Amino acid sequence: MATSDTTGSAVLSTLPGEPDFNPFDGLDFDELETSLRRPRTLMNVLLTWLVAGMTLVALVPLFSVVWMLLWRGGRRLSLALFTQLPPVPMEQGGGFGNAIEGTVIIVVLAVLISVPLGVLSALFMARTQPGNRLASVVRFSAKVLTGFPSILAGVFAYGAVVLVTGGFSAIAGAVAVSILMLPTIMLTAEDAIRMVPAKMKEAAIGMGATETQTTMMVLLPTAFPGILTGIMLAVARAAGETAPLLFTALFSNYWPYFHHHLRLMRPTASLAVLIYNFSGMPFRNQVEMAWGAALVMVLMVLITNLIGQSLSRRQVRS
Amino acid sequence: MTEKTEAKNYPQGAKPQNGDGGSGAHHDVVIDCQIKELFYGTFKAVRDTTIPVKKNAITAFIGPSGCGKSTVLRCLNRMNDLVRGFRFKGHVHFRGRDIYHPSVDAVAVRRFIGMVFQQPNPFATSIYNNVAFGLRLNNYKGDRRAKVEEALKRAALWDEVKDKLHESGLSLSGGQQQRLCIARAIATEPEVLLMDEPCSALDPIATRKIEELMLELKERFTIAIVTHNLHQALRVADLTGFLYVDTTQGGRTGYLVEFGESRELFENPKEDHTKQYIRGEFS
Repeated sequence: MATSDTTGSAVLSTLPGEPDFNPFDGLDFDELETSLRRPRTLMNVLLTWLVAGMTLVALVPLFSVVWMLLWRGGRRLSLALFTQLPPVPMEQGGGFGNAIEGTVIIVVLAVLISVPLGVLSALFMARTQPGNRLASVVRFSAKVLTGFPSILAGVFAYGAVVLVTGGFSAIAGAVAVSILMLPTIMLTAEDAIRMVPAKMKEAAIGMGATETQTTMMVLLPTAFPGILTGIMLAVARAAGETAPLLFTALFSNYWPYFHHHLRLMRPTASLAVLIYNFSGMPFRNQVEMAWGAALVMVLMVLITNLIGQSLSRRQVRS
Repeated sequence: MTEKTEAKNYPQGAKPQNGDGGSGAHHDVVIDCQIKELFYGTFKAVRDTTIPVKKNAITAFIGPSGCGKSTVLRCLNRMNDLVRGFRFKGHVHFRGRDIYHPSVDAVAVRRFIGMVFQQPNPFATSIYNNVAFGLRLNNYKGDRRAKVEEALKRAALWDEVKDKLHESGLSLSGGQQQRLCIARAIATEPEVLLMDEPCSALDPIATRKIEELMLELKERFTIAIVTHNLHQALRVADLTGFLYVDTTQGGRTGYLVEFGESRELFENPKEDHTKQYIRGEFS
């Protein structure tokens, strides 16, 4: 610090324009060059490499899972997997078309339950005055619920739906899964609604929009991409949940419909439970099929996310 | 100059005589605003401010920061209702009706008295949908496309956007966004347009365009504008009110110092504070 002070006063005392004025006087140009001998430069380079290395290490499990799925599941991939029913032990071939349909049905039902509840409660939390007691309680509960053990959601739905209606069903499975989806949707939707700039709300109110019109025509459309992201995250989680379905939707070796009628109150197959059941079986065909089902499940989640992203992007542009 | 004296000696507390529309535009007071005291919570923001907003004229509010000129403007279409703890004593009459009367719906008031804000604030949707917003709010059944085109033409934006009506309103430049907001505000044909420092976020060229636009718009609409820029008030406003901050009673309370024809107020101010402010001795 002392050296720079003296340099500063030296420059000040020699005014520009005087013949012996040299603005670079007292500057050591060697200091400008990158040198690993300087500790802070060395630290900078080391930490950069550390961060890059750790990122690569973090990617290893992710890519090995994907590679494993493609390698072991990809071999079994065929049209029959999507169109046929699961094989009985010792039988060759077969598929898990009913489990794919079952997973879609359960997830769609769960979305129908959790999205209206989640988005409306998010609106409540985002639009009440800061410091509202009820909103704080709801927000705290949602945060606690994000870490809720999925098996307990299954036990709850078993008690609340299976025992009451007298049987395992897709509806019971959807209730269990929607409990797990709800907090994610609530919290991301609340954030998305809060992120809508205040000046946009003001513009709507200044135009003579009522609260409802402001919410429906400005807040929700503007927050839509964020809300959709939350729904997609929740769907991705819901599609892979096994534990809550074991208590609720159970499994079925048959199609979820009978004579062209969906039977939502019957035990319903799902990919997650199929993987759980088949991976433990001592039969090669079933184990291979579990790998195939795992790959299909990952692809389904991926496709859902891609569709969601393109939807939210289109919304922003129009 | 009978107009001038009438404006200056506007009787305190007297109800404005609503012209029948045929007796010369400048004699019509569209909004008669008389604020005795205005509070945000316990903070007294404005006192003793009486401003008549005249039909087909531009009325400017000038004054130093914190003098309450935006607050006064926001009283005129009840935007202050959104602020917690807001209350005021006095009245705001729009065409002779008290808009703060309990039976009056604030939402309906804002449909007659539109607003353009300091920051351009288009919605995150297409240019077309931005302008059509008010039409959708009011469930306008007629030809919306024609209305949108008309509003954009009046806002002098049509030629720049006619080929990209379905692109996002946020893709426009700042000046264009502000003209889009003006188009959005006038699409529903309000009686009055309130503008809260509409040019303060814009460059000089965009400012010039908005000013020209205001002069055209006053043929159809009544405009009240808050501005920081004295030259702007002189360039566009027919009438100007000067507000100042009173710190003598503790706190910072804004009040109206002088109101009159713009040229008269700038060339021949009556009050010392106005003189000092116009000479640039403080700002």
